[in-house]
Amino acid sequence: MSEATQTTGAAVKTRKSMGYLAILIVSVIAPLLFPAYQTQMAFLWIMVVLALTWDILGGQMGYNSFGNILFFGVGMYVTAVLQVGLFTDVTAYNAAKGGEVLDPTLGEYLLGLGVGLGIAAIAATACAAVFGFGMLGLRGHYFAIGTLGLGIAAGEIAAGWDYIGAGSGMVPPRFPGETGAREEFFYYLSFALAIVTFFALKRIYAGRFGLAINAIRDDEDKAEAMGIHTTRYKAVGWCIAAFFLGIAGGIVGNIVGFIAPRDVAFAGVTYGVWMVLMAILGGKGTLWGPVIGAAVFHITQELFWTYLLGWQRVALGLLIVVIVVFFPQGILGFLREKFPERFGYKVQPKEAGGSADPAEGGAR
Amino acid sequence: MTPILQVEKVSKSFGGIVANSDISLRVNEGEIVGVIGPNGSGKTTLFNSIVGSHPVDSGSVRFEGAEISRLRVPQIARLGMLRTFQQTRIYGEMTCMDNMLISVPHRHESLFSILAGFPRETHDEAEELLDFVGLYAKRHLRAGELSFGQQKLLEFAMALMNRPKMLLLDEPTAGINPTLINGLLDRLNRANKQLGITLLVIEHNMRVIMNLAERIYCLAHGQLLAEGDPEAVRNDQRVIDAYLGGQ
Repeated sequence: MSEATQTTGAAVKTRKSMGYLAILIVSVIAPLLFPAYQTQMAFLWIMVVLALTWDILGGQMGYNSFGNILFFGVGMYVTAVLQVGLFTDVTAYNAAKGGEVLDPTLGEYLLGLGVGLGIAAIAATACAAVFGFGMLGLRGHYFAIGTLGLGIAAGEIAAGWDYIGAGSGMVPPRFPGETGAREEFFYYLSFALAIVTFFALKRIYAGRFGLAINAIRDDEDKAEAMGIHTTRYKAVGWCIAAFFLGIAGGIVGNIVGFIAPRDVAFAGVTYGVWMVLMAILGGKGTLWGPVIGAAVFHITQELFWTYLLGWQRVALGLLIVVIVVFFPQGILGFLREKFPERFGYKVQPKEAGGSADPAEGGAR
Repeated sequence: MTPILQVEKVSKSFGGIVANSDISLRVNEGEIVGVIGPNGSGKTTLFNSIVGSHPVDSGSVRFEGAEISRLRVPQIARLGMLRTFQQTRIYGEMTCMDNMLISVPHRHESLFSILAGFPRETHDEAEELLDFVGLYAKRHLRAGELSFGQQKLLEFAMALMNRPKMLLLDEPTAGINPTLINGLLDRLNRANKQLGITLLVIEHNMRVIMNLAERIYCLAHGQLLAEGDPEAVRNDQRVIDAYLGGQ
């Protein structure tokens, strides 16, 4: 590598680190500057996680899943059940319909939440493994349709299961501590989850896993013909999505403070659809696309609620149509088409004396 | 010489159409063997039967002595027998470099290695092979943006990256600029001599196959018509009739 390319490489690296640092600083001080919006900002990070995890299959692997909400809901219930179950009887707690049966100390609360989120992640991953090996043999549209049933079925089961409160839902334990501390705590927890998800995906996308699922997206028959363990990669992809979604669900249950089976936990028509839209809006199949998409979508949606109350659903519907018609590739996909060099797609012959022929393939 | 691939009495029909009937052929280790025949004579079906794209109706396919006619495509690929496609298949949205990297052998793969990166040597090997087929300068371009001929070269390089013992090439020179064909022939020969890869090649271009192959099988109407060295097959009256429609 020549000195020139090395210095520009270093410059790009510094610029990137500066960018990450700026995002970090803004994210850390934002809740202190705008305490009234802490919950909305926490949801922004949750949205980022939803979009990023949907994009593993939907964008990077080309398998549209409409069932990811299953893992979100499972995570939410598992967390809540453990938060309660570690200290008291879950059936009795739920029978009291949110009456103060449980009043944990801060230590107890953190222990319950920690264990809950951990087991939630494992349970969601296990679900993905079971359904993954069963369903990921289906190709393309068949898989998409198959997954549609998952979230709906789970919602119905949860609504009929008395242990977890059935149709009247479940209330996670009250957060001990002064007013406002809860919002701040969950903001930083959501932020941390988004950061971990982002960098974990960034890392595995750069390696064997990322390229293999991209190969499956581009031509699954070819990937099989080249000996790639396609089913294994697909199932692992879904498990990774489920792992982070399970944690996200556990956090959301505590932020909302009330777990309704169909409208909060297995909320296919809200979170389930949004995660798809956010990834598409930002540019599916890219790392940053879902992040950008989640931010734009969440902010637009909050603005609709504030300024177009009563019409917010209509506005949201129109926004969806506009996204699909004008930005089928998403924001980042659009930019990538326009400026391919910026994304590293360029002709790069060897340095002076190189033997490669940049013209037609090798008529040397 | 020991046979690396042994096909015995393989038959395959689709509904009423008999695509292959009782076809037997054998390929020795290190050989270059050609398969020719008019359009619709069952060459690609034979390839599909060998690599496990569809089950055979009867007969046996043995690779390095082991029966493989019941295995599926990825399993056979991992044993070391790869095929390239007549309609070139590459991963269009990925860069050439990524196409190469993911073509590494997948024989031994644990859950751990799935999530790992690629070592430096793999990058070097990919760059070397791209250089070998003359696509080095385009390594950071999306593979879908390459011309058809370049995609064929990329597909060939990807196959080499997989370190196969045997390669089945379905019309490697179809759609390639005539001046590039010599370059490709040279590379096929080098892959055979230097890397020791056994080749089974379907080809329509007679000049190419006569120069390349040591032995040739000719199919017509799903049956094996003739076999032997290029000279003998070329002068076989039945082959001439089949090509000129004399039957």
